[in-house]
Amino acid sequence: MKMMRRTLAAFAAGAILASASSAMAQNKVLRFVQNGNLTILDPIWTTAYVTRNHGYFIYDTLFASDENNAVKPQMVDKYEVSPDKTVWTFTLRDGLEWHDGKPVTSDDCIASIQRWGKRDAMGLKLMDFVKEFKKVDDKTFQMVLKEPYGLVLDSLGKPSSNVPFMMPKAVAETDAMKQIDSQIGSGPFIYVNAESKPGEKHVYVKNPKYKPRSEPASGLAGGKVVKVDRVEIIEMPDPQQQVNALVAGEIDLIEQPPHDLIPILKKEKSVQLVDWNPLGHQFIIRFNHVVKPFDNPKIRQAALLAMRQEDYLKATVGEPEYYKVCSAAFVCGTPNAFDAPNGLLVKPDFEKAKALLKEAGYDGTPVVLMQSTTLPVLTNTAPVTKQLLEQAGFKVDMQSMDWQTLVTRRTKKDPADKGGWNILHTFSVAADILNPISTSYMVAQGDKSWFGWPTDPEMEKLRDAYAKETDPAKGKQLAKAVQDRALETAQYGWIGQWYGPGAARANVTGWLKAPVPVMWNIEKK
Amino acid sequence: MLDFIARRLVAIIPVLTVVAVLVFLMLRLTPGDPAAVIAGDNATSDQINDIREKLGLNEPIWTQFAIWIGDILQGNFGESFFFKKTVAELIAQRIEPTLALTICTLIFAVAISVPIGVMAAYRQGSIFDRIVMAFAVLGFSVPGFVIGYCLIYVFAIELGWLPVQGYVRIGVNFWQFLERMVLPSLTLSVGFIALISRITRASVLEVLNEDYIRTARAKGLSNRVVLMRHALRNAAVPILTVIGLGIAILMGGAVVTESVFGLPGLGRLTVEAVLSRDFPTIQTVILMFSVVYVVINLLVDISYTIFDPRIRY
Repeated sequence: MKMMRRTLAAFAAGAILASASSAMAQNKVLRFVQNGNLTILDPIWTTAYVTRNHGYFIYDTLFASDENNAVKPQMVDKYEVSPDKTVWTFTLRDGLEWHDGKPVTSDDCIASIQRWGKRDAMGLKLMDFVKEFKKVDDKTFQMVLKEPYGLVLDSLGKPSSNVPFMMPKAVAETDAMKQIDSQIGSGPFIYVNAESKPGEKHVYVKNPKYKPRSEPASGLAGGKVVKVDRVEIIEMPDPQQQVNALVAGEIDLIEQPPHDLIPILKKEKSVQLVDWNPLGHQFIIRFNHVVKPFDNPKIRQAALLAMRQEDYLKATVGEPEYYKVCSAAFVCGTPNAFDAPNGLLVKPDFEKAKALLKEAGYDGTPVVLMQSTTLPVLTNTAPVTKQLLEQAGFKVDMQSMDWQTLVTRRTKKDPADKGGWNILHTFSVAADILNPISTSYMVAQGDKSWFGWPTDPEMEKLRDAYAKETDPAKGKQLAKAVQDRALETAQYGWIGQWYGPGAARANVTGWLKAPVPVMWNIEKK
Repeated sequence: MLDFIARRLVAIIPVLTVVAVLVFLMLRLTPGDPAAVIAGDNATSDQINDIREKLGLNEPIWTQFAIWIGDILQGNFGESFFFKKTVAELIAQRIEPTLALTICTLIFAVAISVPIGVMAAYRQGSIFDRIVMAFAVLGFSVPGFVIGYCLIYVFAIELGWLPVQGYVRIGVNFWQFLERMVLPSLTLSVGFIALISRITRASVLEVLNEDYIRTARAKGLSNRVVLMRHALRNAAVPILTVIGLGIAILMGGAVVTESVFGLPGLGRLTVEAVLSRDFPTIQTVILMFSVVYVVINLLVDISYTIFDPRIRY
């Protein structure tokens, strides 16, 4: 009997120890649910944010923006600019290695910048100024410009899609229009292909050879110190289930739960809300400049005069805690933020809008407004636009469709009654729209512009001047001029800034404030 | 019999041909461009067109169809536009959860619905019969996702007995697999139990009024033997038909159930593929579902001969 008791006691102790060690092991695994499924693993091939997030796990960048949006060296140890500002010399940090153990070289970085420069809007602009790249040695390379360019560091430290991630030369030489095959990077995590199953989960383990910078982590810059052994991205499409799973402790973090579920999370003691992206997002209204009636600038101006940001924000976000009325194109709280004049976008002037419509000879043809019904945060924007425009004297034909149909239809330049469109809504992560070059809606080069295809040589002159300006103070004035020009020609409208906190278990700490949810620095206690 | 099976198998070819043409045309003729989805929100029209070119979507529609059919005839189902994997690989990865969900649901549904249907028929007009019929109406009327959320709230959140979501492969940990199958199977089986129990009741009721049942009772056979050996066996043909048809309904239901419970199965793969316009994946999954449906119908037809010896092919 004694023997049996001892055996049972030993068994129980063993079980307790096993359970304790299992709990400790669990503490080193972070389970994270993103907004959307990760299907494409090439962050240069697509601008999808989930793919960008994947990029930050496994790749590193030459430069990165910190918590205050200042660009800081990341893989780069030091850099120099020639007195005429046309030769930039970059030297890589010691000890940078790819996941397969090979050293990171200048050739790798040059090939990576070149591939990114074929896809990204800021990359394309930078490449317009680049004369050539020169390898000085394995750790040093030069970027030689045709003329000074004010956004070299902003481009190489671009925080959001497409991010100039560094890849091995052989990978970076892949056609920019084709998806890469390899997942070898030099970042703080290693992608575990064997355990990752698209649609189920993606597995990343800590890169034991990664050498973080010595500075503390700040935004996307500083030391990328990984404090867990493993991160699993769990693919869970249903937001309600994400919340249930977080409350039940089956996952540790949700990138951004929908606003209508936040009250449930606020009541849960085991859960905390984390404002990891203080810059937030911005709603956009875009007119199609190449078909009637918005080919007429006066009619576009009439539409802008009808906009009232608060209506959009109340209808989509609801809680004032999570939105901001902000008439600055380049996001409130950033160096290029300027209020729009005369209360534009904030206080509508329906009478003036009606007068403008009359003056422009608007014939009452309904304008086709595309409504996305599958992106919850956008669904309510179109009904608000319909109501505001009708108050201003427009006739509006709101057509509902799924987001994928909308993104296909927006590529059509046909008249609205022949399968085209007049107005669409979208939104951007604020980090993508902090200046006139990275903001794709500001491009006014006709066919080369974002959908809606505005053409405005004056706007392009201003954007070019901004790009070339190396004095920050003058750059700010040029950014204001770009914003003023966009409002003058009613190129597009920015109709409100909003925020979406992340949600984490109470025992998760260290989620960095940045435009991207990054998993270094996070601890699970 | 073999002749019948061979004829039915040959008949699959025109069915699949029609399905292939319809699916291909529907995908190409309805709005939605995978290149626009891949390129993302910041892409320009030129970039989208470049991607279309690389994916072969700028080819004339009949050329694309000929290439696809040619590949399929060689056993090549193509590569997903998004996952950088062959469609065959994707299906192989996703088939286990769907198969497990369908089998568990079938076992669960048949094990519950047939006995309660038989008992409801035997005790026609009783409180038990009325409860079964009320449940059947409820089972038909309440959408699967509502049942799923209610079960999650009670058993996962409030009681904490079962996990909220997720899937563990059967080979990795059998008990965790079972734990994660209970709620999805229950959810999916509610409508199925309602359907089968109602049909079972109606079929058994019809048979119970037959002369041979009266004769069996007159011989002094027990109620159990009369019900199981004589009544149920003769009522089996319509029940089997409904179970066969129900498997198709299960496939449809799996789409919702897999999304609610986070199961990485074929249902979710189909939804993801449709939303992202992943043409090769949608085409292959739908073809595969068609084959499964035709084969299940064939199996149901064959099974009739086991329960009713009068049926000959």
